[in-house]
Amino acid sequence: MKELMVRAIYCEMLGYEASFSYIHAIKLAQQGTALEKRVGYLAVSLFLNESHELLLLLVNTVLKDLQSTNLIEVCMALTVVSQMFPKDMIPAILPLVEEKLNHPKEIIRRKAVLALYKFYLIAPNQVQHIHNKFRKALCDKDPGVMTASLHIYLQMIQENPEGYKDLTTSFVTILKQVVGGKLPMDFNYHSVPAPWLQIQLLRILLFCSTIFLCRDVAALCIHCYCIQPLSSFPAILYESAKCIGNFVLSLKINLKYLGLKALTYVVQQHPKLALQHQMTIIECLDHPDLIIKRETLELLFRITNAQNVSVIVEKMLDPFLKIMLCCCIIYTLFIVLILFSYEEYTYAPDNEWFIETMSTVFSVGGDMMQPDIPNSFLKLLSEGFDSVEEDRKLRLFAVDSYVSLLQGEPGKLPQRFLQVISWVLGEYSYLREELEAATVLRLLAKLLDMKSTSSETKSWVLMAMTKLCEGGAGVSVTQEVCETYGSSLDTVLRQRAQELQHLSQDCELRARVLPRGAGLEPLEVDSSLSFLDGFVSEALAAGAAPYKAPHQRQEELAQAKALSLEPYGLSLPISMSSCSIADRQSPTLLSVSSGLSTTLKLDGVKRVWGREGYLSEREPVEESAHVEVPSPLQSPSQQGEADSSQSQTLTPIPTPQPEQEKQQLASSLFVGLGSQSSVCLMGKSESTTQRFRRKAKDLAVSSLEQTSQLSQGPAAANGICDVELTGSDMSETSPTLIRDNGVVAADPAPHEDPDKLKDLCLRTHLPAEFSGLCHSEITPLCTNQTLDFSACHLQKEDSLALVVFIYNSSDSDIQEILLELDSDELEVSCVCDSPVQEARSHSVAVCQYSLTVKRPSVHVEVVGTASYQFPAGTPHSAQFSYKLPLTSFIRPLTVSTEEYGAMWLDFSHDTKQKLTLISDGQEPLTDTLNVLKKKLQLHVVEIIGMEGIVACRLLRDQPCLMHCRLHAGTLSVWLRSPVPDLPDCLMYHCQRALQEH
Amino acid sequence: MCIRFLLLFSRQGKLRLQKWFTAISEREKKKIIRDMTTMVLARQPRTCNFLHWKDLKIIYKRYASLYFCLAIENQENELIALEVIHRYVELLDKYFGNVCELDIIFNFEKAYFILDEFLIGGEIQETSKQIVNRAIEASDMLQETMEEYMSKPAF
Repeated sequence: MKELMVRAIYCEMLGYEASFSYIHAIKLAQQGTALEKRVGYLAVSLFLNESHELLLLLVNTVLKDLQSTNLIEVCMALTVVSQMFPKDMIPAILPLVEEKLNHPKEIIRRKAVLALYKFYLIAPNQVQHIHNKFRKALCDKDPGVMTASLHIYLQMIQENPEGYKDLTTSFVTILKQVVGGKLPMDFNYHSVPAPWLQIQLLRILLFCSTIFLCRDVAALCIHCYCIQPLSSFPAILYESAKCIGNFVLSLKINLKYLGLKALTYVVQQHPKLALQHQMTIIECLDHPDLIIKRETLELLFRITNAQNVSVIVEKMLDPFLKIMLCCCIIYTLFIVLILFSYEEYTYAPDNEWFIETMSTVFSVGGDMMQPDIPNSFLKLLSEGFDSVEEDRKLRLFAVDSYVSLLQGEPGKLPQRFLQVISWVLGEYSYLREELEAATVLRLLAKLLDMKSTSSETKSWVLMAMTKLCEGGAGVSVTQEVCETYGSSLDTVLRQRAQELQHLSQDCELRARVLPRGAGLEPLEVDSSLSFLDGFVSEALAAGAAPYKAPHQRQEELAQAKALSLEPYGLSLPISMSSCSIADRQSPTLLSVSSGLSTTLKLDGVKRVWGREGYLSEREPVEESAHVEVPSPLQSPSQQGEADSSQSQTLTPIPTPQPEQEKQQLASSLFVGLGSQSSVCLMGKSESTTQRFRRKAKDLAVSSLEQTSQLSQGPAAANGICDVELTGSDMSETSPTLIRDNGVVAADPAPHEDPDKLKDLCLRTHLPAEFSGLCHSEITPLCTNQTLDFSACHLQKEDSLALVVFIYNSSDSDIQEILLELDSDELEVSCVCDSPVQEARSHSVAVCQYSLTVKRPSVHVEVVGTASYQFPAGTPHSAQFSYKLPLTSFIRPLTVSTEEYGAMWLDFSHDTKQKLTLISDGQEPLTDTLNVLKKKLQLHVVEIIGMEGIVACRLLRDQPCLMHCRLHAGTLSVWLRSPVPDLPDCLMYHCQRALQEH
Repeated sequence: MCIRFLLLFSRQGKLRLQKWFTAISEREKKKIIRDMTTMVLARQPRTCNFLHWKDLKIIYKRYASLYFCLAIENQENELIALEVIHRYVELLDKYFGNVCELDIIFNFEKAYFILDEFLIGGEIQETSKQIVNRAIEASDMLQETMEEYMSKPAF
């Protein structure tokens, strides 16, 4: 075993995962004899770390070994404790470790002190009471124990220098003894007495800030190369400077390095000290070792002042070209320095110098630069200084130099620099009157065409173009750009392109949106997000949980997880055994034992998440919500329906299921949003989309938002359109949406009509074999100038049929439309003869697909790509996605109770949860199950007293069984299925269905 | 002296010993090891023994074909860290008697035991050569007697 463990350690070192052996390492430490124990402990200390969960298993072993009479075992236990120990378990072993402080053997005492140091580091307040014992350790007759105690003192003194003033004299005495050679010979290191101890003491003294250090200590400091503490004592600085000079001149490379470092510390206080080493420093700049160079640069950075800034910057820029990589940190410092020096305006030579230097910096530093550097540069440019004329000159010069850069070879410039250039040109190129906007636009457009330009840079460029395109300058260029990027897959780029298109056409709007020189005016940001108050109160009224700050959630979680240090009581064995009994049995037979286990579990959970605690927080918020909302009695879905009938978006054909109504409502709302709110760009519609974003977490919203802001009508809406079909999400947001739309678009009806007509006309194209089946709302997926894509799904017995309608709104026929559908979670198979379709002018082509589930997930999504060709020959493509909940794939499963019992035992994947009960009727269980049956198409097998059993299947042959039990006003639900993930997904939908009710 | 980790690797970049004094994930460890070996092995002869990596100082020293690489926090003294490496090598040398790379490969658990007596939790525990060796020998002795005892036929 021991050998095997050693090999496992070796494997781990070679980079192979050997986690299977972790538990054996712990076992070896626990059960092995002394020789095996040692290897076991070693393996544990190498494999695990403080936060590893297996470490808890070691606690008992450590406890046992600490009490052992065998010295070696105690040593091993202390060694592992001082390397890692779970924080929560410290109280358990603290008394034992404390006891070891009085052990006759010094090695044990030393290890105990180090273990306490470790405890102090991870949980300072738990060792608060033993500070006196640390003092005893400091005065220990064994130097090893004393040295160990210094670690603790260094830490404590760092935190509270005042508290240990009285110990200063002891530290100095110790130091004097060490220097005086009073320690045993074996502490000498190459004839220096205990250098580590000396350094430790010096650092402590540094924090004690005692100035009365004598000369010989200074000499000692240099002797053991300890310059950092030294530099804070001005009295000995001059003397040390001489020695440092020798270091810098030294041929030994490590000493040179150290000398430079020391000099850096020293010159911070007395810059003059550097003067005598000027030549050496210059030599060091050309040193072949990069690290030496770097240190020299840092030194130079420290001595920068008004006179030498330009020389130093020159010197710095030169080596930069070669040693960029190693100088990242100093580089940043340096740029900050340049910016700062310019800001001061006292020692920057002139504008040209500044702009040129920054250009070099940007082009050399490239994309490794931290993003705040270009930002602060731009801030500097836009905010300017006291003198308006100087600012103007600076900007003008920047524009000039950047234009000439762009006329050169912009392909070589790094992305960050291009971004800076485009911003500056967009903002300030009007300053140069003889420069035509069209020229600049053309230069910028050239940037867009380059392959190497990243999409982030492209959006910067587009922004700049938007600023520039006033007064019809360069219309052709902007038009071209808009066309290219208007259909880009990158949503940000597309938004920018759309903005450019619209703002270039509408001068007045442009002047309002992008006033010249707006950079100076501070933007007002409503940081309290007060515009969302209405939305929040409505959501609260609809039953949403109040927002909790992350730290609050964390706290609650921590409370729930808090470890009990009590010895194991009786409760655990009982719950364990009852769980094991209940585990594999049919719940109808053994409900007593399973009840026992759930009650026990409930007790543990209730303290934190139970009714009282949770509600006490929630009630006040809800009350305030009630005050704000005028009619809290009306449920949100009712509200939604009422509103939707006003806005006439429902299709005339009645759909049988309420959920589908909601889906319809949701999807028609989305269409409405896409087409209506373009009238007002910056005003109210913004808040609509804001609210939207809060609710729907999908990326799709941003693209919707974009279309809603920029499109002028349904035909112009161009691109991806994600439609989420979860009824509940939409029904929650729907009231606010409708109200806002009512405000924004005074008369929505004319916009709605064509949609409705189209819907009707698509309906007639449904394949004949589906005419009897109920189908979902026909949802528009994606619209562009020529083609409209919409889709709906139909539930068939063993699959789900997806029908995609392609409506050709142009005047020409489009042939060879290749439609490809793909999904992570679903199998998609085409039912049509060929995937290639033909859409005649103003008519509809229909593609039909059959979907089955590959891998269950709460929502599944089908992503489609359509590529087609105009008769003229240009290839186009459109993308869309269609989302549908897993419930569309659920079918009832009819089984008898006996069959159910047999199946239950066979299924391996399960999940348990408590759900809220619908308790307004006489029989809450029956009511709840009926709701689930209606919404999720489950089959209720039998209801026996307080329990109910329900069965369903995922399409043809993937059953899922559900067992419900009434318990303390909630419904304990237990789902089992042979399919992984299916119980979890179904649980989610059950929860949603009951919440919506 | 807050040491973050200690790595021993050969000139070919093969890891011989690793000791982490702070909790680091496996992925991170691998990345650090890769960075360290590439950075240190790329150093020219006659350059200084210190490197900067992220916010750490890397101290390395080469003994024959083996590189010892130590990471300390930024405010620590790099020369004293260099001496830590040297003291560890001295300890190994004393224990194995003219230590070579093979000793560490074949007895690397011994190397770990020595390290545990010298450094603990990122701090120096004991700097005296004698004391460290005494502790190691004591446990070795126990181990040997136990082994002898166990291998005896029980009759």
